[in-house]
Amino acid sequence: MKTNIRFVQGNEACVEAALYAGLDFYAGYPITPSTEIAELLSYRLPKRGGKFIQMEDEIASMCAIIGASLTGNKVMTATSGPGFSLKQEAIGFAVMTETPCVIVNVQRGGPSSGLPTSVSQGDVMQARWGTHGEHAIITLTASNNQDVFAMTVEAFNLSETFRTPVILLFDEIVAHTRERLIMPEPGEIHVVKRLKTSVKEGTDYHPYLPREDGRLPMSDFGHYHRYNVTGLMHDMWGFPSTNPEIVYELMHHLVDKIQGHTREISMVKEFLVDDAEVLLVSYGSSARTALHVVENRRARGERFGLLELQSLWPFPVDAVRKRCDAAEYVIVVEMNMGQILHEVKKVADNPNKVFLANQINGSFIAPSDILNIMRIIQGKGA
Amino acid sequence: MAVRDYIRERFFPHIWCPGCGHGTIMGSMIRAIEKLGIEKNDIVVVSGIGCSSRICGYLDFHTMHTLHGRALAFATGVKLSRPELTLLVPMGDGDAFAIGGNHLIHAARRNIDITAIIMDNNIYGMTGGQCSPSTGYGDFATTAPYRNIDRPFDLVRLAMGAGASFVARTTTYHVTSMIKILEQAITHKGFSVVQILSQCPTYFGRRNNFASAVDMIKYYKTHTTPIGSKEKEKNPDLIERGIFLQEERPEYCDEYSKIIEKASEGR
Repeated sequence: MKTNIRFVQGNEACVEAALYAGLDFYAGYPITPSTEIAELLSYRLPKRGGKFIQMEDEIASMCAIIGASLTGNKVMTATSGPGFSLKQEAIGFAVMTETPCVIVNVQRGGPSSGLPTSVSQGDVMQARWGTHGEHAIITLTASNNQDVFAMTVEAFNLSETFRTPVILLFDEIVAHTRERLIMPEPGEIHVVKRLKTSVKEGTDYHPYLPREDGRLPMSDFGHYHRYNVTGLMHDMWGFPSTNPEIVYELMHHLVDKIQGHTREISMVKEFLVDDAEVLLVSYGSSARTALHVVENRRARGERFGLLELQSLWPFPVDAVRKRCDAAEYVIVVEMNMGQILHEVKKVADNPNKVFLANQINGSFIAPSDILNIMRIIQGKGA
Repeated sequence: MAVRDYIRERFFPHIWCPGCGHGTIMGSMIRAIEKLGIEKNDIVVVSGIGCSSRICGYLDFHTMHTLHGRALAFATGVKLSRPELTLLVPMGDGDAFAIGGNHLIHAARRNIDITAIIMDNNIYGMTGGQCSPSTGYGDFATTAPYRNIDRPFDLVRLAMGAGASFVARTTTYHVTSMIKILEQAITHKGFSVVQILSQCPTYFGRRNNFASAVDMIKYYKTHTTPIGSKEKEKNPDLIERGIFLQEERPEYCDEYSKIIEKASEGR
């Protein structure tokens, strides 16, 4: 069997996956280090009848994909740092209106313009809480091209299943590293289609009345069900409401539909964790360094293991707790000042055994950054 | 069909104050659509935030009440993804000229087939009467208690300069011509901008020496004049109304379908 092997960068793997998942519409704005996604899609999308538009700014790009999603399309935008900040209000609109969409954030150094061409993982909490108000969100990440592909398809699937924006939190290293990508055959990875309403013309369609399983079948704008979509709190018709009971129900629906499916959404990869005394918890490109350390130490007979997180939000509580409990030490490896560290501490049996190995200066985290922390933990000095 | 066939009576009463001009505009929009005979399922109305934006809930089309200033960006996504739909975007003056100014000029530049209806009452009504980019020099507002020193935009020249291919101005006094202008704007293939001067007696009128909504409507009668009239020569302060520009120009979605054709050739 001929295998379709490509040599691409992470941004290209993301593009291939989005097309595999059925992307119809992309709106974006140029920003480093995510720009290749827009460039590639401007070329690829019209070839299959899809639409690409370069909007006037980051905000407009986010708004345009929401509009296109409501007409029944699979949609995506991609950005980095400052652009992700600008998109936040509209991401909240997608949360509130339950509009499926995928937002790629290729993280770069921040705050502000920061380090446009350098790596960082500083947007983990922004992905969770960037838009205002209580809400839930799904965020996925990946450490290599094959996983970028898998997670991108998964992002579209979760977005359609839960009718929610899904954030793909990549980083500069993953986005720009050129490496092998084995292109999955059509049908090899399951692709979720949009759930459309079965309500017939002439019968009242309630766009915001959840079914028993909590899901909301959609009707495309332009089809025969005419309804209202609003960023205000709304009733089952999509009409604004300040009725406390309706608001309470809606808030719970928006949060519970995601938090209540944490197990289903959680995705982790485990490397030599079963007997690990030292457990490294990492994600994104940092996990590549962590894996290197694990393999090296194992060769010396030291029981290191790696728990790589592929879903960050909702936080994969059970998977992390289980592995932390069994380890003597846990070291969270990330390129920020401890955004996932605190989540791990919250779920570990003993937060005092959880440590941080990080890098925040724009350079890629090195094995020595992890080993130096290990030496301190073991009382061997820095 | 009757006007009531185009509204969602279930959601009435509306939130607009007594004397507000926005209901007149909504009525005119309905009458224009009725005359054009466009199917309700083929119309998408996208609004932003403010008094004007609430029009969405009351109209029985596909309706989207979005973010402050961003209506045209959402509408661009809807239109480009489904070019066969008719897109109407009612906006307020704060919505369209201030927070959404960038989207307005770029939608105009692309000449995408959307009708922007700017319900211009010279004030931020929803938040209680702050000055907007169309509040006149010297007018009063809650954030201009001494007087407004900002100069207002000339929306007509702004829209024409940005590339809109249909530009018109009318008022809530001139309902018959408003309906006709809206018909033409909706029929026009390209980006259409219709500025409609609409009275806000509650927040603009009370602070600016208008005793009632009727006085404000009368002001539109006496202080406006058809484009190119002799009155304007005599009194340059008169505001011109009518269709300033109506031009055939390549439309964005049409242009994009050519891109799809070209891109598909090499497959």
